[in-house]
Amino acid sequence: MSFLETIWLIPLFPLFGAAAMLAVGRLLDPQKPGHGHGHGGHGAGPGKALISILCPGMVLLSFVWSAAAVMELAAAPGRAHQVIQHTWVAGLPFHMANGAMGSFGADWGFLLDSLSSVMVLVVTGVGFLIHVYSIGYMGHEGGYYRFFGYMNLFVFFMLMLVLSNNYLLMFVGWEGVGLCSYLLIGFYIHKKSAGDAANKAFIVNRIGDAGFILGMLLMFSMFGTVRFLDVNQALAGMSPEAGFGVLGLMALLLFVGATGKSAQFPLYVWLPDAMEGPTPVSALIHAATMVTAGVYMVARSHALFRLTPEASMAVAVIGAFTAILAASIALVQNDIKRVLAYSTVSQLGYMFMACGVGAYWVAIFHLYTHAFFKALLFLGSGSVIHALGGEQDMRRMGGLKDKIRVTHWTMFVGALAISGIPGLAGFFSKDEILWQAYSSPWGSPAIWGVGLVTAGMTAFYMWRLMYMTFYGTSRVAPEAAGHIHESPRSMTVPLSVLAAGSILAGWIGVPKLWSAFPEAFRAFEHWLEHTVPSVVAHGAEAHHDAGLEWGLMLLSVGVALGGIWLARQMYLRRPDLPERVARASGGLYTALSRKWYVDDAYQAVFVNGLAKGGGSALAAFDNQVVDGGVNGAGWLTRFGSSLSIWWDTWIVDGSIRLFSFLVKMASFPVRVLQTGLVQSYALVFVLGLLAFLGYYLSR
Amino acid sequence: MFHPITTVHYLVLSAALLAVGTIGVLARRNIIIILMSIELILNAVNINLVAFSQYFRQVSGQIFAIFVITVAVAEAAVGLGILIALFRNKETVQADEVNLLKW
Repeated sequence: MSFLETIWLIPLFPLFGAAAMLAVGRLLDPQKPGHGHGHGGHGAGPGKALISILCPGMVLLSFVWSAAAVMELAAAPGRAHQVIQHTWVAGLPFHMANGAMGSFGADWGFLLDSLSSVMVLVVTGVGFLIHVYSIGYMGHEGGYYRFFGYMNLFVFFMLMLVLSNNYLLMFVGWEGVGLCSYLLIGFYIHKKSAGDAANKAFIVNRIGDAGFILGMLLMFSMFGTVRFLDVNQALAGMSPEAGFGVLGLMALLLFVGATGKSAQFPLYVWLPDAMEGPTPVSALIHAATMVTAGVYMVARSHALFRLTPEASMAVAVIGAFTAILAASIALVQNDIKRVLAYSTVSQLGYMFMACGVGAYWVAIFHLYTHAFFKALLFLGSGSVIHALGGEQDMRRMGGLKDKIRVTHWTMFVGALAISGIPGLAGFFSKDEILWQAYSSPWGSPAIWGVGLVTAGMTAFYMWRLMYMTFYGTSRVAPEAAGHIHESPRSMTVPLSVLAAGSILAGWIGVPKLWSAFPEAFRAFEHWLEHTVPSVVAHGAEAHHDAGLEWGLMLLSVGVALGGIWLARQMYLRRPDLPERVARASGGLYTALSRKWYVDDAYQAVFVNGLAKGGGSALAAFDNQVVDGGVNGAGWLTRFGSSLSIWWDTWIVDGSIRLFSFLVKMASFPVRVLQTGLVQSYALVFVLGLLAFLGYYLSR
Repeated sequence: MFHPITTVHYLVLSAALLAVGTIGVLARRNIIIILMSIELILNAVNINLVAFSQYFRQVSGQIFAIFVITVAVAEAAVGLGILIALFRNKETVQADEVNLLKW
């Protein structure tokens, strides 16, 4: 049996777990649904233990299976293997844009190549660690089986997304992870805010998905297929588009889908609210895997984006803008998870920036390193929240360093990694993005500058988070301070593994500049090259200037260190400083803490303006025109029926009543005879008898 | 001294009972009394039948009388049954208060 031939099994393991949980999980773990972050001690019954083994075990099985398949893939020609299992949509003939007959079809096909192998390993690997973490984190919550069922279902759909061999099947996974995201954001079903956040995520994603569908249909009508390999083949013969044409439109529509799923401007607003879900969900779905699906999709469509410089430009600009916008909002957030949420939006912006300048492998590289340190940071924040009994506001934390040591050290590593300190994972990917943004033929110093400022902000807000949470004096509420405790092993072990990953993961993407390292240290790029060539555009080789690259690298490290130093000054040394800065900056601070008024603008324009304004216009139309018509018809009916009533009363009923009156009059003499008294009848008998008797006797 | 009892005596008695019974049925309002009056009428008939049976030396008249008694028993049972049902519904045994069967 070859693992490569059976990659279709990989998603089925977690699907089995999900089906088992959602079918019989309730019997295994009979509990009432949770009411938020409770610490009520539920005994861990055997059913619960079975859930704790089965669900993470299924993900582990997928991980092992995919690791084995990837090992085999390393020897396969072209580092790509396609398995077409069944025809899903049989070919339906239709006229393509060029007049030829195409057939609208898709298959249950799976494609493992160097790109999807990275995604599969990240999804199953990080996913497994987060599942293990959830055993500890969710152990005291109600709906344990439901949580794991949804999580496994999510892993299934995510694997379908990354393993599919065509856009249509990818879209199935795409929608499925959206569904699971919805279910898990709204996991605390008793909290209205959770339900609202789930709805927001779902609805905002619909906008992006509409773009995806349109892009896919355009692709069908252009190429007559949505199979990745066939589309790439069709595109291979084309030359880059001059100006903005059909391909650009197709690329932009797909990118609209990506902005929805990957929380890019202007559709990023759902992701911060998605933090209403349990923290492992934030780590798995809203940091490490699902939100990176857009990046994966753009990288998967690299052949298309390569031909459309204009669309790629839009991707880079949106990415850079989102990166700096979200980072600036993260500067002033006080909810620990919201800081990380905006940080995720910002880092996703980085990835799109890389895609936009044509450095697809760097985007995937950052996706891969980001999965480690952002999952680590989220899980760490979950551990902090767990220790404090549900507290999320950093203003009521501080000084936790020695009380929860493992959490502190692992988050310390994660914060260093995301800040871009040399040697840790984040440094390699972020620095490569900045260098590509500067040096790529599609890059520009402006995009690089935005990225650099964002890097500084990233370091600042991360270390603001660290200092507010772990250092300085404790501001913990007295009732929570009593029972601060380190999390159980099931939570600290995944943290440690992820911390190790955050240190080591970057060493397979060492910059070319560090020529002392052999090529083995640049394995990531070489591995991905089989699917996503590093060359941006034909004939346009990136200009290398070693001195410049060293300078930029030092500059970005300097900016990161500056950000850390500033955070230390403001939040550790002089705790009064942030107050004063906030007051001095006036409107800017308010604008930041109100998230640049984007949510307010959405509320005003779409919710209040379009929905409610449109609602009142509709109401007026309803009242005047629809109701007017109905009322008019009602009046006519009433008028007609009053005529009918008159006819009925006087003509129909009148004739009947006249007739019955006549009958009554005629029957009057007979009627009075019938008295109802039996004896009066008997009297008549007797009188009759006597009359006959008299007659006979007298004759 | 004593005259023998002839058929005429029986017929006079029978006629008297018939008259008493008929007047009872027509004049009295209590249904129990009316039923008793009907019995009187039937017994007047019986006396008539038996008297003629003796007079004609034929037994069929007496047999007929026994049939009449049988029918009278059944009639009395049905009549009293109706009366009880009536009393349950209307709480009265007065014939003039029962006049539902009319226009």
